[in-house]
Amino acid sequence: MRVLGIETSCDETGIAIYDDDKGLLSHQLYSQVSLHADYGGVVPELASRDHVRKIIPLIRRALQESDSSQHDIDGIAYTRGPGLIGALLVGSCVARSLAYAWNKPTLGVHHMEGHLLAPMLDEHAPPFPFIALLVSGGHTMLVRVGGIGQYQLLGESIDDAAGEAFDKTAKLMGLDYPGGPMLARLAEQGEPGHYQFPRPMTDRPGLDFSFSGLKTFAANTLRDANDDPQTLANIAFAFQEAVVDTMLIKCRRALKQTGLKRLVIAGGVSANTHLRNELKKYMDSIKGDVFYPPLEFCTDNGAMIAYAGLQRLKAGQSDGLDTQAKPRWPLDSLEPV
Amino acid sequence: MNLLAIDTATEACSAALSVKDNISNLFEVCPQQHSQRLLPMVDSLLQQANVSLQNLDVLGFGRGPGSFTGVRIATAMLQGLALGAELKCAGISTMATMAQQAIEQCSAQDIVVTIDARMGEVYFAHYKNAEGVATLVGQEAVLSPQTAASLLPTRAFHSVGTGWQSYAQELACENMTGTDILYPDARFMIALVQQAVNNGDICDVEQVEPSYVRDTVTWKKLPGRE
Repeated sequence: MRVLGIETSCDETGIAIYDDDKGLLSHQLYSQVSLHADYGGVVPELASRDHVRKIIPLIRRALQESDSSQHDIDGIAYTRGPGLIGALLVGSCVARSLAYAWNKPTLGVHHMEGHLLAPMLDEHAPPFPFIALLVSGGHTMLVRVGGIGQYQLLGESIDDAAGEAFDKTAKLMGLDYPGGPMLARLAEQGEPGHYQFPRPMTDRPGLDFSFSGLKTFAANTLRDANDDPQTLANIAFAFQEAVVDTMLIKCRRALKQTGLKRLVIAGGVSANTHLRNELKKYMDSIKGDVFYPPLEFCTDNGAMIAYAGLQRLKAGQSDGLDTQAKPRWPLDSLEPV
Repeated sequence: MNLLAIDTATEACSAALSVKDNISNLFEVCPQQHSQRLLPMVDSLLQQANVSLQNLDVLGFGRGPGSFTGVRIATAMLQGLALGAELKCAGISTMATMAQQAIEQCSAQDIVVTIDARMGEVYFAHYKNAEGVATLVGQEAVLSPQTAASLLPTRAFHSVGTGWQSYAQELACENMTGTDILYPDARFMIALVQQAVNNGDICDVEQVEPSYVRDTVTWKKLPGRE
């Protein structure tokens, strides 16, 4: 089975073609980062407008690169939600009407299910069940994954997502949007021991996160500090250490609570080297395994949507003609396969 | 020539099919449900006429102005259909479509369209009847109702669109004849798509572009990046 995947939930237009026999055949991505940088964050209306411009050429290129015609495609998967409603609608409507014109089944996929299953795009894919830590600019959640569509939400952020906290703190430090990855690079130059940030919500039981306080703590720290490069790097180091440490503590709890020894980290923040190193160290110490998606599939992409969609289309699931985007959509409400 | 036209730019959702000059159409006022309603409408028109998408020559879509999201629903639906069935496209102004309805139903000669554009403004355009086809006079714009009032024609005209209700006082004018045309109906896009075909004003799916008319006012760049 060969599936065309379409992702437009935020500021990346991702188109991919995945074949369950031959693997990933094409992966096209257009990132709008430079478009939004001047505004200090994603402007939803501009994001939607740009998806309209980019989506058709990217689909054409994916078909070409994979040497596929409409007759080779068995179904179309698209991101139905969660995400920005205007952006989601572009991908949803193009996907639905293209599938109609081709007379192929189509399916709206949950964006976070896409991220959850992204490690399956790697040769070293995790077997079920596992604990997944999903960390991106829009989400921070811990999920017990029993199989495709079997998601038990163990904990999530009650305010800012981890990636959001990175970006907002970076903005406070005067770094360009999206500053999260830049903050992480700056942290590499930082020295330990100068600043101590709190580890929010770790002093009580439970698996929920809260990161907005860290941002405020960073604002206060920056206000009282010099703005020489080393001081900034030291603050970046302490901030990142606190976020990573908090996530490590929660992952440890989730693994203990469920008795599992397999951990998957996915979403944009899973590209963070410090996070990867710390979780690897811990998983090694308990003789467990940690899995990440290939780096290019940590952030939003069409490949994960094609993959997730294929699993469900193959099981016979498909949508009617009434296209609907779901800006809010609880992950644990999905149907199992 | 077989044509399909779709529009979702306002509270209304509509589709029309012209097969060998027989026109069938569906029209519904269904705010927030356009993405759910449009494709079932298209499918039912094609089925009733017993033609497939591949039997069509050109696809027309309401390119705006109107609700940004609404304009994009028709645009994106058209992109998928045109890419899938390898069809040429024609972007038709939602305001021209409304003016065309006034020409076909009221034999209007001059038509002024105003659509409530929120934020204290209206989308505004003046069309004239050129041998039965709505033809733009000047350009489409987004304006304050006061500015729009100053641009109204001095001769008799028909008024269409939601702007006249929203700004009844500001836009009151002696030489105006009211109509009950509030929303674009794809039924009246057919003549305009035909006209676009005759003028060679059609494009490939890659060139399809919405016309938002309001392009800059709703977002702000960071200081120093303007």
